[in-house]
Amino acid sequence: MSSVTDTSETTHSASHDVHDPHLHDEVKVELSPDFLAQADKIVSKYPVSKRSAVMPLIYLWQDNFGYVSQQGVRWIAQRIEIQPINVMEVLTFYPMFRQHPVGKIQFKVCRTLSCALAGSYETCEFLRKKCGITEIDEHGLGVSDDGKFSVEFVECLASCGTGPVVMINDDLYEKVDTSKAQELLNKVS
Amino acid sequence: MAFVKNAFQHDILPADTPLINVQIDGEWVQVPKGLNAIEAASRAGKFVPHYCYHPKLSIVGNCRMCLLEIGMPKMSPDRKPIIGEDGKPEIGWIPRPAIGCATQLADGMGIRTDSKLAKDCREGVMEFLLINHPLDCPICDQAGECKLQEYSVEYGQSESRFVEQKVHKPKKVDIGERIVLDDERCIMCSRCIRFAREFCKDDVLGFTQRGGFTTLAVHHDKRFDNNYSLNTVDICPVGALTSKDFRFKMRVWFLRETPSVCTGCATGCNVTVGAREQTVYRLTPRENEDVNSLWMCDQGRLNIGYFQGPDRLTEPLVRVGGSQVGAVWSNIYPQIQHKMLGLKGEQVAILASARATNEELFVIADVRRSLGGDTVLADIVPRPGKSDGVLQNADRNPNSAGTRIFGLNYKGQNIAKIKEAIDAGKIKALFCFHEDAVEAGIPAETLQKLDLLVLQHIVPGPTGALAHFVLAGAAWTEKRGSMINAAGRLQRLNKATACPGSAREDLEILLNLRTALTGGNSLHKVEEVFKAAASQYPIFEGLTFSRITDLGVQLDRSKLPRPQVVKGSVVAEPDFAEEFAPREMPVKSEGLPATTPRISA
Repeated sequence: MSSVTDTSETTHSASHDVHDPHLHDEVKVELSPDFLAQADKIVSKYPVSKRSAVMPLIYLWQDNFGYVSQQGVRWIAQRIEIQPINVMEVLTFYPMFRQHPVGKIQFKVCRTLSCALAGSYETCEFLRKKCGITEIDEHGLGVSDDGKFSVEFVECLASCGTGPVVMINDDLYEKVDTSKAQELLNKVS
Repeated sequence: MAFVKNAFQHDILPADTPLINVQIDGEWVQVPKGLNAIEAASRAGKFVPHYCYHPKLSIVGNCRMCLLEIGMPKMSPDRKPIIGEDGKPEIGWIPRPAIGCATQLADGMGIRTDSKLAKDCREGVMEFLLINHPLDCPICDQAGECKLQEYSVEYGQSESRFVEQKVHKPKKVDIGERIVLDDERCIMCSRCIRFAREFCKDDVLGFTQRGGFTTLAVHHDKRFDNNYSLNTVDICPVGALTSKDFRFKMRVWFLRETPSVCTGCATGCNVTVGAREQTVYRLTPRENEDVNSLWMCDQGRLNIGYFQGPDRLTEPLVRVGGSQVGAVWSNIYPQIQHKMLGLKGEQVAILASARATNEELFVIADVRRSLGGDTVLADIVPRPGKSDGVLQNADRNPNSAGTRIFGLNYKGQNIAKIKEAIDAGKIKALFCFHEDAVEAGIPAETLQKLDLLVLQHIVPGPTGALAHFVLAGAAWTEKRGSMINAAGRLQRLNKATACPGSAREDLEILLNLRTALTGGNSLHKVEEVFKAAASQYPIFEGLTFSRITDLGVQLDRSKLPRPQVVKGSVVAEPDFAEEFAPREMPVKSEGLPATTPRISA
């Protein structure tokens, strides 16, 4: 037949998509009775449509295991009786849902206007350099090679008068210039 | 009665739907109440371009291509419509455009499909859609039937203002057994997602990522392997979903399109055969709301390889001594006639086929009558399968109803009798029409005892090697004729390609055989044969071949010989009746049809 174009074997591309082959092999986690009870409680909040529990369950999984693996996707899908692709639709929509492990210590640097004017880009650059982060993914997330730190930009953290602000895991720090950032680094590492 | 029930029918309303007055591009017209603006406009002869809207799928309104201007009737303070100077209600136009697909028209409303606002909207939408589209039209399978191409010409801008980098997405993604996805071409209309969810009940497709990066995908746990998956290739407005079978095979504008009917099962889905020169490249479903709506199964659609393979018979063969040699048609008929001399009816058997057309079956039945009527053992090969509850019928023969009308259907029970009679030396001649005797259960050792074995088929098969005469016939895309589906609808096959080599249309071969064996030579064309059948079989009363039309004719079901239903077997609905009773149950042999044929003078 016509040889106008490349008809070679079908290939996959773009490492971040659902076709990513390395999503297959990963460590399986055990689900504790406590986790299952929490999940049941979440699902029971949506008596009309279990499907609505998809976001709270993704949060639950991420809070427990750091990121939502394909095991998590499959488990959530069967728990609320939807297809895995429906979970993937939500999971990939929000960058705050992680599909890959992130650092144990997560720096979230605000880059919305006030913080940006106050120098958050310098702060972020400083943190990345100090943590040894060289590569960042399509959402701007960078993870250090040892997996200890991750640094990323986020949008407004609602403390515009005290920029640049940074969240370290769930704690907010204000007026984080490079010297304050060094202090924080020393504190957490 | 349609076989398939669509979850949505935005384009068809009950016949008794009341009419409303609406203004479409300045003209007051009456349309049925409940139509959306796209459908209402189309009834008034106005086309509103759209991508995501599909009459048989839910409405999502995400492509924005059908934006138009909407107006509501102006009301006086006492909530009465204000009548203008022309005696028609005045319309207050809403300055903001609205999508036509999700706007149901009410009495007194107006729409403008060709105003400046509507045109500007389309231009803007087209510009956005083309931003990340790869514009690889020269190698795209959809080129020529692509809505993005068509609307670009009709509603787009002549120049691109885009200078940035296009977003790159996965290409050549294998999302199912028969489908390859090119994500860069996708315009995110979500028709395929909704089709999988609503029609296939197989929710396997979805959008991942967000914004300009939105990507159609399947999860590797569950791919799009549904038997109706290729319909998404048809409804995809662009070349994102492509059929692995048709991909890069042929530019669509070279295809000659012939309306016909799928012969994969007793549903008889209406199809368009796409062929170039002698080759059939694809089948696509053809709209018929009384049969298949807009759909067909993948199995039927891809069933075009078996008659285009290397083993296809392209010339008639005659056995000379131990080998078969090519022959000339004009010599074959006298030779067969010669061999048949002196044979009585009970010495002849016919293995007919429920894949044959009514016209062919009529001629076979006619020859059988001349040879001895019921004393000539005859049967067809049943093909029981499982109904999928959508379009695939449990009966995988396309014309079982026809074989019943012409009295050739004994549910395969005569095949064993034929075998016994050959073994006992009672039957000397066997004619196999488009069925392989060996595959039907008459072993080669038995067939070798025959004095005359004639096979008319498209491939030789195991019987071909044993036959004294092999008549090279036509595949269903190479001939004209009619068939009757499971619901009793008479439908027409049309000739899409010529027979290969010196193979001939089956009706022509049968008529020549009939002339040789019985002397009758009054029939030549398919129209004449149908006319003769209509004069003898009351079920066809008042019909001619041309009156069947491309959409078929519903026959009077009460007059159709029904498949015999065995006591105890559950039959939910006559149209979906399991044609074949379970094998282990005792089955009474089927008598002649209720409409006993009148013997013509």
